[in-house]
Amino acid sequence: MSDNSERRVVSVIVVNEASVLSRITNLFSGRGYNITSLTVAPIPDSKYSRLTIVTAGSVRVIEQITKQLHKLIPVLRVYEHEDIVEKEMALVKFPITENITDIDTLCQAYNGKIVNVGENVIIAMVADESKRVENFLKAIKRYNPKEIVRSGAVALER
Amino acid sequence: MQISGAQMVIEAFIAEGVDTVFGYPGGAIMNVYDEIYKQNGFQHILNRHEQASIHAAEGYAKASGKVGVAMITSGPGFTNAVTGLADAYMDSIPLVVVSGQVPMSLIGTDGFQEIDAIGISRPCTKHNYLVTDAADLPRILKEAFYIARTGRPGPVHVDIPKDVTAQIAEFDYSVELQLETYKPHTKGSPRQIKKAMDAIAKASRPLFYLGGGIINANAAYEVREFVEKTGIPAVETFMARGVLSADNELLVGMLGMHGSYAANMAMSETDLVIGLGVRFDDRVTGKLSEFAKNADVIHVDIDPASISKLVNADFPIVGDVKNVVNDMLEQVSKVDSDNYESWRETISNFAELHPLTFHEDTDRLKPQWVIKRVGELLGDSANISTDVGQHQMWSAQFYPFSRPRQFISSGGLGTMGFGFPAALGVKMAMPEKTSINFTGDGSILMNVQELMTAVEKKIPVINIILNNNFLGMVRQWQTLFYDKRHSETDLSVQPDFVKLSEAFGGIGYRVKTKEEFDAALKDAVEKNVVAFIEVIVERMENVMPMVPAGGSLFNMMLLEKKETK
Repeated sequence: MSDNSERRVVSVIVVNEASVLSRITNLFSGRGYNITSLTVAPIPDSKYSRLTIVTAGSVRVIEQITKQLHKLIPVLRVYEHEDIVEKEMALVKFPITENITDIDTLCQAYNGKIVNVGENVIIAMVADESKRVENFLKAIKRYNPKEIVRSGAVALER
Repeated sequence: MQISGAQMVIEAFIAEGVDTVFGYPGGAIMNVYDEIYKQNGFQHILNRHEQASIHAAEGYAKASGKVGVAMITSGPGFTNAVTGLADAYMDSIPLVVVSGQVPMSLIGTDGFQEIDAIGISRPCTKHNYLVTDAADLPRILKEAFYIARTGRPGPVHVDIPKDVTAQIAEFDYSVELQLETYKPHTKGSPRQIKKAMDAIAKASRPLFYLGGGIINANAAYEVREFVEKTGIPAVETFMARGVLSADNELLVGMLGMHGSYAANMAMSETDLVIGLGVRFDDRVTGKLSEFAKNADVIHVDIDPASISKLVNADFPIVGDVKNVVNDMLEQVSKVDSDNYESWRETISNFAELHPLTFHEDTDRLKPQWVIKRVGELLGDSANISTDVGQHQMWSAQFYPFSRPRQFISSGGLGTMGFGFPAALGVKMAMPEKTSINFTGDGSILMNVQELMTAVEKKIPVINIILNNNFLGMVRQWQTLFYDKRHSETDLSVQPDFVKLSEAFGGIGYRVKTKEEFDAALKDAVEKNVVAFIEVIVERMENVMPMVPAGGSLFNMMLLEKKETK
């Protein structure tokens, strides 16, 4: 990636049919583009799905990504977002021995909470901007997280 | 009507007006071949290798302007065809390729002759389908033909499991296409077109940069009118040979790595590039940062992704070249041809300084002479296919093309073995023209089995083998850039090409002189059977001029100046 490479969120509306996801990921790998994260789910009451792809590249590369995505037959629309609300979710598993009050307070600061407490582990979730999720994951390091799952970003234009 | 999936394939082909199908049967596609046996709506040409079937369909499509059709079986049948699909994808050739697949119940079990065909064809087709229900077949086949021929054309692959070809379902080919997500943009923006025409009127050194998209759009005659009415000089890409007639005074020549000095210098000095149906391929532009450095760029193409991909377009126009050029012609009175008089003179000085030529300074025939000679003898009456290598570049440089669809060659992928099967397809599409394949002693062996197809189906393709006992283009690069280490390019050990052709039932000639060549060509044209004319040519001849890979267009290696005999 060149120096002027920047993070971009691209949303793609596709016909919800077999192998459509591999068409998209093949395009990225075949043309040497990056995928930082990718989420996909059906759009309610339609035959379409929405993909949210976080990628990185220069202005020219992002423009090519958008155009090449458009060329795929099952792609209805591609949004290269400028002004968006973006959220990502993370689930984190802590040993039961960690301080549950501290963890809960920290979660709340990042729009989250403790969602499950079992015999051996505490599971917490946060939902926030990707950058803030990263900060959260840094902050919880001292509570010895055993496992972390991130959802990848979803986004909507304002 | 209720018919089987296999019958649907036949019915769809007939409804699409298909008259020729190239292919090779096998286990998974047998139900369809059984229906081919029973029908008489189209003819089937049995090639002797699946790769050749695809190339033949490409040749047919390029010569006729129709969708080429090929049929193959699963597993190795399909993988053999992949090179052809990739070739068609790179050169935007409309094809529909139907392959058999193992029955649905065996998919994913590593069944006999099973391969994930649509997984493999995905990056080398415009679109592809795995048909899981015969009820979907009419729609899918109709979409396949539509997608192949519209927008930027390309190959579409339809993979049909064997049990689906046996399944009975309703066939109604009048189904409406519902491709909400596929709507090619064919009409150029009037605002952009006006701006572009104003820019042309203002430019002092404008230059047409004509590409293969013009041929795909059937826009060559509109472009000819545009060039004539504006008096603006034009360069053609390799893929655009024949858009302008070779005798057109405004045609500067071919552009790029083996383009003429005048064409490359014109591109380096122009102040306005008028790109029509082009894609700024690296073999055309050379070093990008030096390409048309002082020029604004008008770029007309049907594929938005081609615009500003490599070179920034100041006037981007997405649309069908034919529509856009017609719109531009309406405003052509803005442009005063006299303004470009001194620019035309500058270019003709370039052409005089280093004309595209060769020296006849050896005892052996020069390959360029052979191509020029065929041009003199057959000219417009022949269609020219080529394989890949030196002979291909000499064909593009020295044959006097006079019409679009006359020159059929593998441009983007550069597929050795393309020429002979493509020439078969060309002959099927345009039987009234002589079908010539210029080839080399390397390339011809890559699909030589097609002699059998040509003999069986009586398709009289004349293969002119320019034999220099080398893999010539690689040898040229080794000579120039690898200190003459001719690694694995010496093809001194060869078959007897005359006997080889005769063994299949064709005819063969081995010629060493001009007189022998003329006689052989005349005889081959008269005999009207598949022929090999092996021409023994100068071994060390290089394709000149040349822009070394990654170099600037104005920095060419030129033909040594010599007194011509």
